[in-house]
Amino acid sequence: MQWIPAALSAAVLFTACKPKQAGNVVSGDAASKVYVAPGKYDEVYLFTSGGYSGQVGVYGVPSGRLFRVIPVFSVDPEKGWGYSEETKPMLNTSKGFVPWDDSHHPVLSKTAGNDDGRWLFINGNNTPRIARINLKTFRTDEIIELPNTGGNHASPFCTENTEYVVGATRFSVPSDNEDVAINTYKKNFVGTVNFVKVDKESGNMSMAFQVNAPAVNFDLARAGKGMSHGWVFFSCYNTEQANTLLEVNASQKDKDFIMAVNWKKAEEYLAQGKGVKKAASYVHNRYNESTHTATSEMLKEVMTLDAKTLKGICYFMPCPKSPHGCDVNPTGEYIVASGKLAATIPVFSFKKMQDAIAKNDVEGEFDGIPVLKYSSVIAGEVEKPGLGPLHTEFDSKGFAYTSFFVSSEVVKWNVETRQVVDRIPTYYSIGHLCVVQGDSKEPFGKYLVAMNKITKDRYLPTGPELCQSAQLIDISGEKMKLLLDFPTIGEPHYAQMIQADLITKNQVKIFKLDDNKHQYVAKNEKATKVVRNGNDVHIYATAIRSHFTPDNIEGVRVGDNVYFHITNLEQDWDVPHGFAVKGAGNAELLIMPGETQTLKWTPTFAGVYPMYCTDFCSALHQEMQGYVRVSPAGSSVPLSFSTGSNNGEQPAK
Amino acid sequence: MKTQMLTKTFLMASAIVLVYSLPGCGGSGNKTEDTSGKTEVKPEAKPEASASEDGIGRFAGKEVAAFDAAKATVGKTIFENKCSACHKTTEDKVVGPGLKGVTERRKAQWILNMITNPVEMTKSDPIGQALLAEHLTQMTNQDISDDDAIALLQYLRQNDGAK
Repeated sequence: MQWIPAALSAAVLFTACKPKQAGNVVSGDAASKVYVAPGKYDEVYLFTSGGYSGQVGVYGVPSGRLFRVIPVFSVDPEKGWGYSEETKPMLNTSKGFVPWDDSHHPVLSKTAGNDDGRWLFINGNNTPRIARINLKTFRTDEIIELPNTGGNHASPFCTENTEYVVGATRFSVPSDNEDVAINTYKKNFVGTVNFVKVDKESGNMSMAFQVNAPAVNFDLARAGKGMSHGWVFFSCYNTEQANTLLEVNASQKDKDFIMAVNWKKAEEYLAQGKGVKKAASYVHNRYNESTHTATSEMLKEVMTLDAKTLKGICYFMPCPKSPHGCDVNPTGEYIVASGKLAATIPVFSFKKMQDAIAKNDVEGEFDGIPVLKYSSVIAGEVEKPGLGPLHTEFDSKGFAYTSFFVSSEVVKWNVETRQVVDRIPTYYSIGHLCVVQGDSKEPFGKYLVAMNKITKDRYLPTGPELCQSAQLIDISGEKMKLLLDFPTIGEPHYAQMIQADLITKNQVKIFKLDDNKHQYVAKNEKATKVVRNGNDVHIYATAIRSHFTPDNIEGVRVGDNVYFHITNLEQDWDVPHGFAVKGAGNAELLIMPGETQTLKWTPTFAGVYPMYCTDFCSALHQEMQGYVRVSPAGSSVPLSFSTGSNNGEQPAK
Repeated sequence: MKTQMLTKTFLMASAIVLVYSLPGCGGSGNKTEDTSGKTEVKPEAKPEASASEDGIGRFAGKEVAAFDAAKATVGKTIFENKCSACHKTTEDKVVGPGLKGVTERRKAQWILNMITNPVEMTKSDPIGQALLAEHLTQMTNQDISDDDAIALLQYLRQNDGAK
């Protein structure tokens, strides 16, 4: 009668089938389209901005599974980011250590206009910065601050071959540290547009030049490609130049602008020595993979170009009603602007813009910058597409997909004819959207992710604060189909998707111990030691399944600065060790195979303090522990350290 | 014996029923064939431990160089960096077994496979399985090249008295 339990469990399984939910608008085969069988891989990576978490989320599509949160601008105690001595410099700024930011737009690096899977850039909006994440390690390798900028929002969109990533000020400001009356906005404030150079091989960023443009709010940007390579287009609002109650005062004019910046022209002016070096202070932080240590450098100068006197760098194109998205189609011919208070989508023509510039077809000037005639640069408008267009991406078949915040929908339209062909509701109030490689020359298409601003009743409630809501939409057919809801971290302002194999082929699995050049590395247990230097105590320790060396340490005194430099001796994939010590005003360390990380601890009370491995590493993980004895200040307990020998009978080493 | 076989047959039958019934949970009631599900649930035969003196890995059946004292010196350094945290060269166990006499207990090919292919060795080789059961900590893959593995072998041979 042994078969009864099997039959019973089968019955239990059958009753687990749920009845069909009310309000279910997904089609019958949606489940099979998002089902990734256990042990199988997703087809696509989705990188979402962490919004006010300051980080980046990494998901699989079509499953919507969260793989990793990459710490970028905010401290992350789970990974020791901003807590370990090695990573603290990454969060340094000209204003000191800033442990948080507001990350908005992840942008994948490009070669020949297509995503190359090498790096992911993301902007910090609050304390203006651009970060570069290495997609071999999924870690932030570099952060550069932008001087004289007040809210780096139109950023970090990159040019066709990642020659530059850009960052334009959302809040025009006077120069850094300049003390002027706020209502002198029109006189003293500047709209800075930063071009940050990216080294082709290493990816290292450097501030190339800063264009000083009229004071407005820059919102979003996209670089030209193909025929429009050499240009970057920025959406601008608050051309009223208001400095208070912008909700009303920045919505007065019928038209704001798209600003076209000719960066090749800017390069010519620089070559002619027309740039002006200005004093500034901003930092450049870099993580070195062989020393496993970050350094922060303060820079004192920035090269500037004055857009008002250096003609031909900047042109304005009038654009209805506070444009947000400013997106270039795959051929590079069209610039799709989304006036968030407008009832149409204007589509500008790069060719017509070139003609208008050649013929000087202008309707006037704004603050010294020529304003081209709307009728001369517009290819056409998408009529009655919906309410509150925000942002557009493209597929490979000549269609554009625009998000509509107010009417809460995605609208599909034909780029050449500008006819709407399909629409699908989103739940609720979509902000940005993204298509797989949807901003590149050759979009992959297939999936679209809607990032919704309002969640309301879509998930089990979690008190006043609800999860953020993303929706996966199938765009492979004529009609768009909703496939899946899945939650995301922070507020994902924007995301990018890329075919997985462009990234998986380059993965780093371990750091070679032989290549570890950390100042305090211990490459084997023989090399471990404890060294006192005044009040600084440096512990050169190792971790391997499943013990620390040394694991008994005595002779530390209250008030000492104790540095635990832990080297993970493992050389196998997926075997990090963690490290924590009782009472440390710090986070844990999470140390990858072959890496050295340092936890600083200043004990304030005498006693015996346990330390242990926080990341389950083996069957004997619970045994991976040790003790540090802290004696009162001025104590004469000698410094000693050992593993396996401090048994009461014999003296420590 | 007969009852056991019957039970087995019934269990297999109910497993098949389960496999075919699960996709029936679709919201619309339509039967959707889920082929991937079928293959996933299929009971897998547990791999039989293939006893082999050479162990499992790229050194199985390969010629191994004779003792070389110069290489043993290289191997000593590698041992200190990558092995000594868990193994002593005496008979004392630390995390893993003491390695005195290992070159007499095991074939050179087996040792080289254990060094370079520890996960598969502890999973599928009978001696490897027994060692994992005894020591309970997975022998670590220390990312050791074939040349370095041979240098380590020479060092272990020297430790066992080779000259």
